[in-house]
Amino acid sequence: MTDVLDTLDVLATAREQVLEHGRGLSEPDLSRVLDLPDDRLPELLQLAHDVRMRWCGPEVEVEGIVSVKTGGCPEDCHFCSQSGRFDSPVRAAWLDIPELVEAAKETAKTGATEFCIVAAVRGPDERLMNQVRDGVKAIRDAVDINIACSLGMLTQEQVDELAAIGVHRYNHNLETARSYFANVVTTHTWEERWETLRMVGEAGMEVCCGGIVGMGESRAQRAEFAAQLAELSPDEVPLNFLNPRPGTPFGDLPVLDAKEALRTIAMFRLALPRTILRYAGGREITLGDLGTREGLLGGINAVIVGNYLTTLGRDPADDLALLDELSMPVKALSATL
Amino acid sequence: MNTVLDFCDRCGKAKTALPDDAHVACAEARALEPPRYCVACGRRLIVQVVPRGYSARCSRHGEVG
Repeated sequence: MTDVLDTLDVLATAREQVLEHGRGLSEPDLSRVLDLPDDRLPELLQLAHDVRMRWCGPEVEVEGIVSVKTGGCPEDCHFCSQSGRFDSPVRAAWLDIPELVEAAKETAKTGATEFCIVAAVRGPDERLMNQVRDGVKAIRDAVDINIACSLGMLTQEQVDELAAIGVHRYNHNLETARSYFANVVTTHTWEERWETLRMVGEAGMEVCCGGIVGMGESRAQRAEFAAQLAELSPDEVPLNFLNPRPGTPFGDLPVLDAKEALRTIAMFRLALPRTILRYAGGREITLGDLGTREGLLGGINAVIVGNYLTTLGRDPADDLALLDELSMPVKALSATL
Repeated sequence: MNTVLDFCDRCGKAKTALPDDAHVACAEARALEPPRYCVACGRRLIVQVVPRGYSARCSRHGEVG
């Protein structure tokens, strides 16, 4: 009986605090949300959707991503097939500038307003910074699209340079709760990542920071992670679901249950009512077509369309058709500038 | 004696080295993954994924479909 009362209380709290006033739930309440019984899931998703519509509106931000430097990374992120420390089939590759511009053009054709250049590195060296500098200029000369970057941990000088060349958003995922991070990465710390995010925000770039669900963390740690992200207050949170990659330490972990994934999406929305909450990697294998729809009706308001960095995604036309069917307009570029 | 005709483009193992149904899961996974191994020689491919496709190249056999 106590559990039922707790459940009623947390949803009532969420309606008052999050839906009416736009203030995210506390970590204990987020934990209670994750412990809701399955038969309350539709109610939870509806509430998360109402919060998204109230504080973000119906528009969906569409983004494409590309890997400018693939594989050979010195870090040991246990989920990542691009680490040079694991027996992964992914080999090192570089994208040249014309290919980068072409990828941006392909992304813009989908109606996307965001194009993110990603590199598998601890942090950018001079060669990579040169490639990014030249690539950003070439894209800006050829394509009308916002450019984001994800290049690992930065120095203050690199932060300032990226801001100066017009990178409007920087992605650097904390990946998981602070208390679980050492189970995922041992070659650097959660606090080092946080420091890069602090510098990015202070430099005036939009902060994009999310993570991966389903790496063996507990529900309480998912709530902890959402609360920590709320403290960071990022402009965007990309939400990935673990896609176990062959050869990585997490290669044999099970794919997250779809209901658990949906419950987690709603929980993140109740933690971050005003944030762009983006579907990122792993949604295809975790949620499938039906779950993708349910997530868009349960708090998600942004998607990565097309392929990911080393794996393939749904046909962008399928995602765009779904958004049209749900009467969720794609956010226009003019609305982002 | 079995003759190795080709290799699985996902796991890189010689197909004749395993039962016929051993690569069903590989084939299913390939719907959302690019090839990672050359089917002719089993070498790892250099793969570049882009938003609307991918390219894959074997150091011995060149571009792969």
